[in-house]
Amino acid sequence: MKSQRLQRMAVTSASSLLAVFVALCICAVILLITGKDPIEAYRTLFGAAGDTKVLQGALNRATPLMISASAVAIGFKMNLFNIGVEGQMRVSLLATAVAGAAIHLPAPLHVLFCLIVAMATGALWAAFAGWLKVKRGVNEVISTIMLNFVALSLVAWAFDSFFRVESTTGSLLVKTKELPTSAWFPDIVDRRLNGMFFVAVLVLILFYVLVWKTKFGFQLRASGANPGASRVTGVNPKRMIMISMLLSGALAGLVGMRSLLGDVHAYQNNLAEQQGFNGIAVALLGRNHPLGIFISALLFGYLGEASGRLQLIDIPKEITTIMTGIIVLAVVIINEAVKRWDDRRIQHKAALALEVVAVAA
Amino acid sequence: MTEYSQLNHQFVVELHGITKRFPGVVANHDIELLVRPGTIHAIVGENGAGKSTLMKTLYGMHQPDEGTITVNGSLVQFKTPTDAIAEGIGMVHQHFMLADNLTITENIILGDEPVDSRGRINFKKARERIETLMKSLGATFDPNTNVSELGVGQRQRVEILKVLYRGAKILILDEPTAVLVPQEVDELFITLKRLVTDGATVIFISHKLDEVLAYCDEITVIRQGTTVARTTPSQVNRRSLAELMVGSDLPDPSGRETKVGTDVRLQVTGLNLAGEIVGAKLALEDINIAVHSGEIVGIAGVEGNGQFELCESILGLRSILSGSISICGQELSHTETRDRINMGLSYIPFDRHREGLLLDAPLWENTFLGREENQSLTSGPFISRNKIEADSRSIINRFGVLTPSEQVPAFALSGGNQQKLVVGREMASDPKVLLAAHPTRGVDVGAQAAIWDELRHARDNGLGVLLISADLEELIGLSDRILVMFDGRVTAHLDPATATPEMLGTFMTGEVQGDDQ
Repeated sequence: MKSQRLQRMAVTSASSLLAVFVALCICAVILLITGKDPIEAYRTLFGAAGDTKVLQGALNRATPLMISASAVAIGFKMNLFNIGVEGQMRVSLLATAVAGAAIHLPAPLHVLFCLIVAMATGALWAAFAGWLKVKRGVNEVISTIMLNFVALSLVAWAFDSFFRVESTTGSLLVKTKELPTSAWFPDIVDRRLNGMFFVAVLVLILFYVLVWKTKFGFQLRASGANPGASRVTGVNPKRMIMISMLLSGALAGLVGMRSLLGDVHAYQNNLAEQQGFNGIAVALLGRNHPLGIFISALLFGYLGEASGRLQLIDIPKEITTIMTGIIVLAVVIINEAVKRWDDRRIQHKAALALEVVAVAA
Repeated sequence: MTEYSQLNHQFVVELHGITKRFPGVVANHDIELLVRPGTIHAIVGENGAGKSTLMKTLYGMHQPDEGTITVNGSLVQFKTPTDAIAEGIGMVHQHFMLADNLTITENIILGDEPVDSRGRINFKKARERIETLMKSLGATFDPNTNVSELGVGQRQRVEILKVLYRGAKILILDEPTAVLVPQEVDELFITLKRLVTDGATVIFISHKLDEVLAYCDEITVIRQGTTVARTTPSQVNRRSLAELMVGSDLPDPSGRETKVGTDVRLQVTGLNLAGEIVGAKLALEDINIAVHSGEIVGIAGVEGNGQFELCESILGLRSILSGSISICGQELSHTETRDRINMGLSYIPFDRHREGLLLDAPLWENTFLGREENQSLTSGPFISRNKIEADSRSIINRFGVLTPSEQVPAFALSGGNQQKLVVGREMASDPKVLLAAHPTRGVDVGAQAAIWDELRHARDNGLGVLLISADLEELIGLSDRILVMFDGRVTAHLDPATATPEMLGTFMTGEVQGDDQ
């Protein structure tokens, strides 16, 4: 009965593809209204795919999105909506920048140290929201949004008060003390594609194995699907909430590492900005599945990277921002519609199969 | 049309030849229903016989594929419930649709608010109308109280008021007594009688034969999607009516050849459990129960008298105040739920949707639920999907779960098949003790017989069962001993050989306490 699994996968993928297609159509209308030629715009946008530079840039942009989408998706699997990936990322960025610059270790260990600090601080910040939900029943959507604001302000204040270093080159941009080169995550392939991409792929693979292949993952999914049924089998839903918040936060901590360890090598305001929030969109489009997230992150990364080309033909590159927004809206609407249709289809098929059984009997 | 209606005022509602198909199933076919004005008309049938489909047709929630609906002598077509309401038909749903944080008045007028010329709600007018309606119902509560403060019986009264407020003359009540205790059932029927005397007509859906026979004027029996008989309480008795419903001889829960074993499987001693509110009375008080191998101990009681709390305590989901719980002689009152399950405790939960199944997940995940420690289904920290699927198939076959495959999500199965799956899963790990809460609630007769067979079979092989049921015949038929729970205590020990449902009923309401042995 593998065919049934394939069918479900096909239905899910088709609905996401449909959402992207609908978004492209709506954007074409918007372009037409503003007096631009949509065909030329799309030709330019997708024509850039032939350029390896653009592709490498797209992979670099996709890297943090894959990780932040995994952070969101692991929460979703437990029915938790962690909107606080952005805040968790920000806290861990500053903490890692400061801790990483303070010590000296040989290269691979130093990078590993930074990643561990990042995961630990991200998890710690997410643990607040988990604790509030478990102990006080605070909805995690509210608490993580609020904690985002707290994190942004707290990090900005701490950076400005304690950790900023005046630039020696006369640049106006203030940063923290630069990380020693041993903590830099190396570029691979023509020194353009950052190695964090492979870490992100590894995260997706581990995410898949953990959630779909282990006992723990089964309990996590079961607890998310029906906390009551899991509870009577001895799985403590509160413990599961706490664990999935910690896991989600730990992944959130890794989101900014491509920018920090692979690019800027110091904390500055606006570093990796929005990468946490964008993960929510990627997770939605990717249906919380690692493969879906991988493809969606590549798409979003590509749109972001290729959007610059649009300016050459006098089309504002913000059209791609509008496009991602519409994709997310379309995904939510189309997924729900397709799920209802598919549920009916499955019920119908089950009923039909039984009729055949009944007739045969 | 007018002539027709004058001729035909003998019946207020007439359905002829109603057929309703759903994808793959014919839910109703050739339905004939004739309801006289000013009567309480019962529609009885098993779960899944098509009663609710029929009522949804009459209330305009969907359209029949064939057949005609005649109300007050004129042919009608309902596209939506609004059309049905316009014809004076009102529906009281089984699950209340009330907003807890609004007052009774606000709930009743919701969606049909009387407004003055400036668009403000005229509460005075609404209240006057509601008070008149309440008087005719004999209801006595203050319409300004919040619905959250009302009991179940009163909430139902508010639902009825809601329907009357919209001008309904024909009331459909979908299994209204399922949620009520016996006293509330009496009150409900007093209310309905008043309504009928005032000229309303009540269509009453039920599968509880006693109340149907006691209170209704006419009965239509529906079986396998079609109406099979129209009769009155004077023409039938409980048994003949039940046989009309089922269409054959009733399955019998009783019968055993083996003897109760001597070793104690489950021992509960001096169990006390604190109530929800600190300082309030105990939820469970001095419970002592012993279940031996090969024994079924039945627990009778009106729902909400501590049965749920007892199961949760035995499972270790609530921390008890004092007392001890042991399985096969091993004390476990301070162990985790998982440890208890691993020691051979199994649980068929009260509500399969809330606590038994992952409805969106495939059946193989559902049969695996709670069995993650089973070494033959896992390898180390990983799940062995192929083995789990094979195990799932064998459960499906052994317990006769009707499904195309184990990949189908649980929501696609009928209630009876879902329940068989839950029972199958709980029996699959060869438990020592089974807590079975309403194992056959809401399932068809075929599934009920199959589940009873399995319970008997497992018992003969030494399983100790604590059976909680609202089906008194099931309790009397299956149990070796019956305990009655009332108000968090065990108030009586009865012998099923001499017990009757009527007798159990008097013990369950707390009128009588003590043992008959």
